[in-house]
Amino acid sequence: MAETTIKKEAVFAFGKKERKLLTDPLNDNNPITVQVLGICSALAVTTLMKPSIIMAIAVVFVTAFSNLFTSLLRKSIPKEVRMIVQLVIIATLVTVVELTLKAVDYPIYKQLSVFIGLIITNCIVMGRLEAFAMANTPWKSFLDGVGNGMGYGIILIIVSFFRELLGKGSVLGYKLIGSSSEALINTQEVAFMSWYQNNNLMVLPASAMFLIAIMIWVHRSYNQKLIDVS
Amino acid sequence: MRSTRYIYTFVLIMTVVVALVLSSMNTVLKPIHMKNEAIFNKKAILAAVQSQLGDNVKADDLPDDEVLTIFDQNITQYVVDYEGNPVSKEAVIARGYRGGMAEHIDMKKEKKRPVEERFFPVFVYEKNGQKVYIISIRGNGLWDEIWGNIAIKDDFSTVLGASFDHQAETAGLGAEIKDNPEFSKQFEGKSIYDQEGKFTSIVVRKGGAKNPRYEVDAISGATVTCVGVTQMLYDGISNYLPYFESLQ
Repeated sequence: MAETTIKKEAVFAFGKKERKLLTDPLNDNNPITVQVLGICSALAVTTLMKPSIIMAIAVVFVTAFSNLFTSLLRKSIPKEVRMIVQLVIIATLVTVVELTLKAVDYPIYKQLSVFIGLIITNCIVMGRLEAFAMANTPWKSFLDGVGNGMGYGIILIIVSFFRELLGKGSVLGYKLIGSSSEALINTQEVAFMSWYQNNNLMVLPASAMFLIAIMIWVHRSYNQKLIDVS
Repeated sequence: MRSTRYIYTFVLIMTVVVALVLSSMNTVLKPIHMKNEAIFNKKAILAAVQSQLGDNVKADDLPDDEVLTIFDQNITQYVVDYEGNPVSKEAVIARGYRGGMAEHIDMKKEKKRPVEERFFPVFVYEKNGQKVYIISIRGNGLWDEIWGNIAIKDDFSTVLGASFDHQAETAGLGAEIKDNPEFSKQFEGKSIYDQEGKFTSIVVRKGGAKNPRYEVDAISGATVTCVGVTQMLYDGISNYLPYFESLQ
């Protein structure tokens, strides 16, 4: 009797440990800046902010629920085929995201379709399943998934903010700085700093590499824990 | 170490469950997907005649009902062949496009056929007695296919508008053909013939348009996509020239 009540309390507990599962990936153990995972899609989707935000939400959903389902099944998954089972779980969830997006916002689905499919290959998702969900309880795994998805998403949104601002002079599609692109005749409303010339490098994937490297540098210089003592 | 039998059973059950979940979800959402897709395509066609819809009307922002109303009231659809002759509804259905209207034609499938066998959709937008011919074109960009709709005035020379879309062009570069309204806006008022009456189509010129009659500015950093757009415009519009001649 006593044992079951203790267990019940523990299932959805949200104490210090659980909070750490959520916040750790945002800072000390960020999937992109610390573990350097999921770089591929971080380079590809971050030219504009809107697709990045949708991508971030989709990844949070997929990491959270694939962690949850894998953790629920962790005792019955045969070791020999565990990777394949994990892959099926991820692929199923990605397809669910894709089908839902297609029904809810078709234009965005059209814009993102390739990248949504590529969540399957995102190293963070599989990495968390192997490293965490296979050895932890469902609730903790779920939180870990949400945390890691957000840790990835936040970097995505920051990178895309700078790339869109410096590369296109806009934020979420609204023109903020510089005049409109030099290649086009009809100059529309001139925003702040009209002398600013859009930097085409920012639109290319290489700029995301630079931006992520700068973020890793900034992150490391203020977070003492990350400084490599060895 | 589990027995082989356990592994097989586990995988089998998992596959069946996953297949059931996904296929039932797909079946439930299919009507919504198809409706969304139809509206999306219709909006792309209307985007080409955006300048005719009224001041400050954006085809993208039109509510779904209104898109369907405009299609019902102002648009007549035809299908023509390579020689410019009309194609009957039965022939379109026989090719596998259920519905048999111009809007049901899949340009991706048509593009794979030899050009002499292709069907070409035409949407005639009629308002206040003036007719605008909207044609569909398809070509190749940098990474994958690009396509668009071009609205041509009833003098069969002046372009009234254009809309473009793409499969996988680079966001912020090639994708600007769709994302940047300024790009397609340039096509308004251009002519597909030069001063001497020779067919030129519309040329997307790198470094800026030289002949304002039939050239528009390219997007910097998206050279290959812009070359693709030029090629697509040339091939696509010339496929419709016999039809235009038959109307003149």
